[in-house]
Amino acid sequence: MNWFTRVLTSSIGRKVLMALTGLFLSLFLVVHLIGNLQLLAGDEGAAFNAYAAFMTTTPIVKVASYLLYATFLLHIVQSILLTMHNRSARPVGYRSAGSSQGVSSTSRNMGILGTIILVFLIIHLRNFWYEMHWGEITTDAAGNKDLYKVVSEAFAQWWYVALYIVSMVGVGFHLWHGFASSFQTLGLNHAKYTPFIKSLGYGFAILIPLGFALIPIIMFVQSGN
Amino acid sequence: MAEETRKYTLEIWRQKNANDKGGFKTYPIDDVSPDMSFLEMIDLLNDRLARTGEEPVTFDHDCREGICGACSMYINGHPHGPHQGVTTCQLHMRSFPNNAKIVVEPWRAQAFPVVKDLMVDRAAFDRIIQAGGYVSVNTGSARDANETPISKEIADEAFNAAACIGCGACVAACKNASAMLFVAAKVSQLAILPQGQAERKARAEKMVAQMDAEGFGACTNTGACSAECPKEIGQEHIARLNREFLGASLSSKNVGDFKLIKQ
Repeated sequence: MNWFTRVLTSSIGRKVLMALTGLFLSLFLVVHLIGNLQLLAGDEGAAFNAYAAFMTTTPIVKVASYLLYATFLLHIVQSILLTMHNRSARPVGYRSAGSSQGVSSTSRNMGILGTIILVFLIIHLRNFWYEMHWGEITTDAAGNKDLYKVVSEAFAQWWYVALYIVSMVGVGFHLWHGFASSFQTLGLNHAKYTPFIKSLGYGFAILIPLGFALIPIIMFVQSGN
Repeated sequence: MAEETRKYTLEIWRQKNANDKGGFKTYPIDDVSPDMSFLEMIDLLNDRLARTGEEPVTFDHDCREGICGACSMYINGHPHGPHQGVTTCQLHMRSFPNNAKIVVEPWRAQAFPVVKDLMVDRAAFDRIIQAGGYVSVNTGSARDANETPISKEIADEAFNAAACIGCGACVAACKNASAMLFVAAKVSQLAILPQGQAERKARAEKMVAQMDAEGFGACTNTGACSAECPKEIGQEHIARLNREFLGASLSSKNVGDFKLIKQ
């Protein structure tokens, strides 16, 4: 086997891929949230629609978006492969499995949390991403596709808002373990920096999903339903 | 005054051999002194089983002072029982309330097949050590102690990793049956000492290759291994193994596959 393939398919190599893709996706969340905040600009979506047009037509952003799709796929496929490998490492389970001291339940349930996020992702892509690219969308005053209208109609429905809140809780718990864990996998564990990374991870896991969840809540309240 | 004794209901995994399906069997036991170690309690049970003509429970044990790593029992959901930083031989029956039900299972991992009852084959660990967990030293007269200066800080850190007794509790505790803490301890103790530098890169690469070939799972950083380790070896050693492995993989001249140690 080629050395590069050997390293990337080793147990540590697979984990490193999970860590790097996970951190890249975390960075994407920040960019996505900043973009979404324009939904609250109070301009009937003019800024948001212009931003959406920019994000779907600019060549460099298109390249970045393909990189993003690939990252998502790699993170998901790798997690499935790792889970299968890890299951096969213990064919006969315990009858009395206790929980060890200091072990967070999020760290034990990353697969379940990830699955919640994946289901959300499929619904989310179908309703907004697919509509933006191939759906029948009216244009706003500036001639941009009126994605704001699609979003505000979706967020006027309570169950849709509820789905978003539940999903963002899932994202939060996933990040609660995932953020700091990525650094440990990459070998960064240091008396000086690890406490900072852990705190940053917990803050990230609370603030980013909270930001995402607040937007549909605010838009739902504004819709007056 | 007569010593207070206790009664327990033991549910112990019985399995005749590697091919037997196995199952739990319930054994009530009385007259157990709270000062007995867990292994002494099993000795008492075995003595009684032998007298009634039943096959005694097979289990690994050796030093009975917490330094050999032989005693491998998964007790009530924890390797080596409910306490932190102890092996099964250091666990005493006073830790279990009178009339308690105690479930005793062998380590569960693909790489640790059950030999009989509570005894598992941990030769996979030996093969990982054989793959690279050593330093080559010229024979001849012994070198002077303290000939190579090593700072107290480094010596302590290496010693913390070297405290690993290879018991396999990390594998038993991990939800993925991963051997990362064991391999991390063995790589760590040599990687930070001058004596370990010559084989440093090859060690990390070969030991990880052997670990993967043995069928252990991958690390998901839950920290269960460190929580259950009788020597309380920390997660920072796993980070060091990740570093050592990545650094070695990117910079060593090993472009091909590693020769794995066969069973």
